[in-house]
Amino acid sequence: MELTLPIPNLRAIMPELVMTFWACLVLVVDVLISKERKTWVGYLALVGTLVTMAFTLPLLGTRTSTFSNMFLVDGVALFFKFIFLLATALVILVSLRYLDIEGVNLGEYYAMILFATLGMMIMAAGNELITIYLSLELMVISTYVLCGFIRRDRRSTEAAVKYFLLGIFTSAILLYGMALLYGLTGTTNLTEIGRALQAKNLGANPALLLAMIFLAAGLGFKVAAVPFHMYVPDVYEGSPTPIAAFISVGPKAAGFAVLARLFLVSLPAIRPQWGTLLWVLCVMTMTLGNLVAMKQSNIKRMLAYSSIAHAGYVLIGLVVANEIGLASVVLYMFVYAFMNIGAFSMVILMCKRGDRGERIEDFRGLARSHPWAAIAFLVFFLSLAGIPPTGGFIGKFYLFSAAIQANYVWLAVIGVANSALSVYYYFRVTMLMYMSDPSGEIRLTLSPSLVFALAVMVIGTLAIGLYPSPLIAAARASMAPIFGP
Amino acid sequence: MDLSFLFFYLFAAVAVGAALVVVLNRNILHCAMALVLMFFAIAALFLMLGAEFIAAVQVLVYAGAIMVLFLFVILLIQIDRVQMLRFAHRQSPLVVIIAVLLLAELLYMIIRGTLGIAPGGADAAAAGAASGSTEAFGALLYTTYLFPFEVASVLLLAAMIGAILLARLDKEEVGGVSRQDMS
Amino acid sequence: MMTDLLITIVKILVVFGVYLTMVAYLSLVERRVSAFIQDRRGPNRVGPFGLLQPLADGLKFMFKEDLIPHYVNRPVYLLAPLVALVPAFITMAVIPFGNTLPLFGRDIPLVIANVNIGFLYIFALTSMGVYGVVLAGWSSNSKYSLIGGLRASAQMISYELSLGLAAVGVLIVAGSLRLPDIVAAQSGLRWNFWMQPLGFIIFLIAVFAETNRLPFDLPEAEPELVGGYHTEYSSMKFAMFFMAEYANMLTASAVVVSLYLGGWQVPYLEQAGLPPLLLSLAQVLAFVLKVGVMLFFFVWVRWTLPRFRYDQLMRLGWKITLPLAILNIFYSGYLVVAKWV
Repeated sequence: MELTLPIPNLRAIMPELVMTFWACLVLVVDVLISKERKTWVGYLALVGTLVTMAFTLPLLGTRTSTFSNMFLVDGVALFFKFIFLLATALVILVSLRYLDIEGVNLGEYYAMILFATLGMMIMAAGNELITIYLSLELMVISTYVLCGFIRRDRRSTEAAVKYFLLGIFTSAILLYGMALLYGLTGTTNLTEIGRALQAKNLGANPALLLAMIFLAAGLGFKVAAVPFHMYVPDVYEGSPTPIAAFISVGPKAAGFAVLARLFLVSLPAIRPQWGTLLWVLCVMTMTLGNLVAMKQSNIKRMLAYSSIAHAGYVLIGLVVANEIGLASVVLYMFVYAFMNIGAFSMVILMCKRGDRGERIEDFRGLARSHPWAAIAFLVFFLSLAGIPPTGGFIGKFYLFSAAIQANYVWLAVIGVANSALSVYYYFRVTMLMYMSDPSGEIRLTLSPSLVFALAVMVIGTLAIGLYPSPLIAAARASMAPIFGP
Repeated sequence: MDLSFLFFYLFAAVAVGAALVVVLNRNILHCAMALVLMFFAIAALFLMLGAEFIAAVQVLVYAGAIMVLFLFVILLIQIDRVQMLRFAHRQSPLVVIIAVLLLAELLYMIIRGTLGIAPGGADAAAAGAASGSTEAFGALLYTTYLFPFEVASVLLLAAMIGAILLARLDKEEVGGVSRQDMS
Repeated sequence: MMTDLLITIVKILVVFGVYLTMVAYLSLVERRVSAFIQDRRGPNRVGPFGLLQPLADGLKFMFKEDLIPHYVNRPVYLLAPLVALVPAFITMAVIPFGNTLPLFGRDIPLVIANVNIGFLYIFALTSMGVYGVVLAGWSSNSKYSLIGGLRASAQMISYELSLGLAAVGVLIVAGSLRLPDIVAAQSGLRWNFWMQPLGFIIFLIAVFAETNRLPFDLPEAEPELVGGYHTEYSSMKFAMFFMAEYANMLTASAVVVSLYLGGWQVPYLEQAGLPPLLLSLAQVLAFVLKVGVMLFFFVWVRWTLPRFRYDQLMRLGWKITLPLAILNIFYSGYLVVAKWV
């Protein structure tokens, strides 16, 4: 049998190719480099994300598909890719010193981060169930390993095991949903699934409903929506702090990308049903996340619940599911990358050898001894709480107004009420920093890369808050492929 | 007379029965063996569908490699039977109720829903009919499904590195014992 | 329809009969050859040249007391010897032992089942062989058995990779998973033995490891483990493990012959102008002879080489044969591209 291999459009997957190459390069360089100089591997990985970004730039504005329509290049995919690359670059920057402190300065760390990022990039661009599933696994398997990276630490191992066990379980549920979709339509291509469902008029089929529920459950785990959130606090608490920051942004954004594409492209036939499902998930996620966050005494657990709540806000955009709704999702995820990694970086700032500085009490009186650090923390918390003039405000503003425009007034009301709730626990920490006296000497672990990353994140959060129009324009332009002509 | 119907139910029953043993039995090795039996039943079902290659790979990879590795671990760590027992009993009644509800729901939806639509793109069916399923499978992998195939290779690489990373003993961690002493 | 069924049944009976006889006599061959190598005489009292010795052994095993220790896990303990024996037997189904036999006006293909995934079938069943050993080791509830089972599972998984990857070279050249096609592709002097010497050597090493023969017999290394996984077995159950070892050896030899030594092919015999029936029988004879040579080689190696240390075994498997097997795949691809085959 003669086989003619297709010659695909490689230009479209250039960023992914560069990322794969760079991850392998990092692995090879890691072997060659001496143990004291592992930080160089980190810088190399950082350069890799920047180079990948440079290769992504020329694709902006193009809209193609390659590999038998399994891989899409469109505005949504590209916007998400920028979010992932940005988050990765920031996480690498804040990791450089942290790994030294924890005594696990291994080059494979950076390679795994790059592999995870590669998985996310393909997830955002995948237009086919198998591709999406495999890239999702690439992402989560890399993150499982990263969670357990501090092997001598039992909490880190526990986090990895928990994340792994629950993760593979939900992956199986997701696969079941995909299998049902394939069984119903006979194709794995998202566009064709949508077409087949319309053509065969399967909207009322109970199996389709079942598939939708399974898909929502599988991806709900990845975005940490209630009731699939059980793992979040334990995993974030146990993982190395930069990795907690990473999985609170990257996999979450990738999950939203897949959720949006899957539901909008493949399942428009049952739009009311998944609208209702996501509505319920959204309200539960916001409310539970915020309520439980108030009771935490460990800052990483608090941030974990806050990140659950933020997943709830973002779900508003998916419930609305029109152009503005989705534009506000990508906009919010972009801002969220800055502010959430920023908040986690503050925890890194506090960590010392043998003490991870995770108690909220540790921040008592920080403003007295380290006013600049306190200001950075304040900016991130203001943004997370959604108070102007920060990026978080812009993000929430667009999410809620999208809901109101689409007649989901109650959703917006619940969202605003939840934001008000969240102010309580963010300001509890801020009060401790500003209004109390330090209980002892506070020593911060400063390093040039960490300070640089913090500066970038503070400036980014503020800049988006003060001058949001270019970003909003970009987010709306990115939605054109789905909703445009 | 079509015997294949009979065989389908035979193998399906074996698969479900074995799967139940995997879940319910308290002896972990018996569970593992039941799982092997289930893989064989599934492979038989694949055979009946004309997917010989998948059937063989099912046995080769799952029963022949993965489960042997499982057995290796079982032999190595000697899981205490008491522990297994406790684990199985710790499920709360609520879980059971929810599980039964979900099962009923699933059955209802599957019985009511029509999953009888012929799967497989036209290309797959045609290619499968034209030549042996192995060739058709390979051809599809290297043409239509080239991209997921490559993603899978990267996935395996990452998983392999990750597994080694988590399992490897560093010199510091084993107290300065060199590799020669270890082996 | 009925005739086909009848022919298949006859083929099964003949092959199985010959196979079992060969397995039985293999034990005698082993003892005689080992005696020869060590300059002894070996068993020569029962029948002429000791030819009835296997019969005597069989009788002895059957009449021995069947001890089942009270501490074993009974169902698994009883199952294990069967699990060890069966895969080796049924693997023979896909191995062609001749071309076609012209008899009563029809061409009877000399293979029991010409499955289009014959190659994968062999590998799937080979990988099952380890279960017998591992289950025996676990169910016996004894430390020697357990360690034997552990070693067997680790060893077999490690070498299965090399085994499969080395044989991929053969597949690339033959372009088919059917064993008869693979044999047919080795006509004339184009045995894979000549075309892919590297693949052959790796395959052979892996086969030794898979059959647990010296120098890879760590699962039953008697100085350390008494008898390894079958320490706690007696009587016929022990005999079944014993038979399984020889059955595996026989099957492995048949596979090696089919994949690398041209199967039933005798170079240029077709041009000799023999009557078809005679030609066919000569080819079957050639196959049996080749298998015999391989078996002798197995025995020869066992009584010549010392046992590996465990770390050496693992290093050889993962760091030497595996990379070489992958290299061999590239080489085979080159053979095809350069149109040498």
